[in-house]
Amino acid sequence: MQTWIQRQKNMIEFTLSSLLRRKRKNVALVTVYTLVVFLLASVIFFTYAIKREASLVLEGSPDMIVQRLIAGRQDPIPLSHLDKIKQIRGVRSAGSRLWGYYYDPVVGANYTLMVSGESPAEGSITVGQGIARTRLLDVGDEMEFKAHDGVIFNLSVQGIFSAKSELVSSDLLLISESDFRKLFGLPRSHATDLILQVGNPREQVTIAEKIAALLPDTRIILKEELLRTYDTIFDWRGGLMLVILFGALLAFIIFAWDKASGLSVEEKRETGILKAVGWETSDVILLKFWEGMVISLTSFLAGLVLAYVHIFFTSAVFFEPVLKGWSVLYPKFRLIPFINPYQIVTLFFLTVVPYTVATIIPSWRASTIDPDSVMRGS
Amino acid sequence: MRKSNLFFLYMFVNMVLLGLLFVHAFTEEKRNLPALEEKRAMVEKHRLTDICLFTEASYTRHLAVSDRHTAFQDGPFALEHFPSGSVLPPPGTKKR
Repeated sequence: MQTWIQRQKNMIEFTLSSLLRRKRKNVALVTVYTLVVFLLASVIFFTYAIKREASLVLEGSPDMIVQRLIAGRQDPIPLSHLDKIKQIRGVRSAGSRLWGYYYDPVVGANYTLMVSGESPAEGSITVGQGIARTRLLDVGDEMEFKAHDGVIFNLSVQGIFSAKSELVSSDLLLISESDFRKLFGLPRSHATDLILQVGNPREQVTIAEKIAALLPDTRIILKEELLRTYDTIFDWRGGLMLVILFGALLAFIIFAWDKASGLSVEEKRETGILKAVGWETSDVILLKFWEGMVISLTSFLAGLVLAYVHIFFTSAVFFEPVLKGWSVLYPKFRLIPFINPYQIVTLFFLTVVPYTVATIIPSWRASTIDPDSVMRGS
Repeated sequence: MRKSNLFFLYMFVNMVLLGLLFVHAFTEEKRNLPALEEKRAMVEKHRLTDICLFTEASYTRHLAVSDRHTAFQDGPFALEHFPSGSVLPPPGTKKR
């Protein structure tokens, strides 16, 4: 065992000397390789963490949402629909929601206005950190609103949501029911949509079908669909994630191709000399194996650590411009580092293994050639 | 020091760092549980349906409940006005 370890150590010693002889080329190789791993790992870490957080946070959302559609667009729903829904067996509770968007021309941002059971009293509002930051608001300040009929009225900031909740509340503005109806001119007989809680989750689909039959002008969204929306967005097959993954994988294929397509004249001559001084084919392959391992492990570990720092310490600073788009209000949040060994293993098999294999095949081909002809360069 | 020993030292440091990442992830997860619970409670209390990630357009702000009558959502090849449309996939997950 001791001999075996010593042999491997000597082989690594020789490998490192060999790599250092072509220092510039290998440093460039490690840098690009690290960047590829960094990009792939960043995408994997970010998408998994945001999906996990979204699913845990949205676990508290309503079981079912009933919207009214007119000519393909969502329209306020009559509260009379609520009475019909309450008659359906299996519906534990049903209620209505009042919410909408308000465009603030002062900063050019859209706010989400919402009435909830814990809305502030008439004349007051509670705002998210994003709104407070953009409008430089503090508790006690007043905000001006232009109602649907052109009347301007002020509402006083009663509270600001905590910074910890920014991922769900950054652009949220809680308002009283009467102020909401005054602002948008919504009649008392209507709400934005209806929400339901269902006792038995297995009955959700049956209840949804009953509602669809009873109220044909509605669209029903189940909680399961709601949660799946975020799974789909950050799925590796979706949108930008695919573009990033495709770019990184393409760069990696070019790498592997460069390696697999053959060794340089210098590397071939080195192999020839080694064979001439008595190295076995297996020794040369072992040498190349360690060469591949040194480069890929160095890049893999460095890329992985950098990606972790990027996503969980700098709040994905390189992805921010893409996610931000033209948003005026963008939540400042730090993702909770949800990682698991499965992600690391996947990344390892995606990057280290193919590269190492790609380095062994051409060296096996080179090491089986006659050393004399290799050294002569023929 | 021999180069191979230096390499092993480098690998060891990296493995320790990797281990520390897991420890950090674990402790952060535990430390953030109250904040996570606060967000979950807020979603329940105010009956929210979406996380606040893309605020530039109404249909990107509330992805789960937006109507389908919007630029990108009309079809996967429709020209999209807002940049976050390039991150979002076309609809197809909603059955009803």
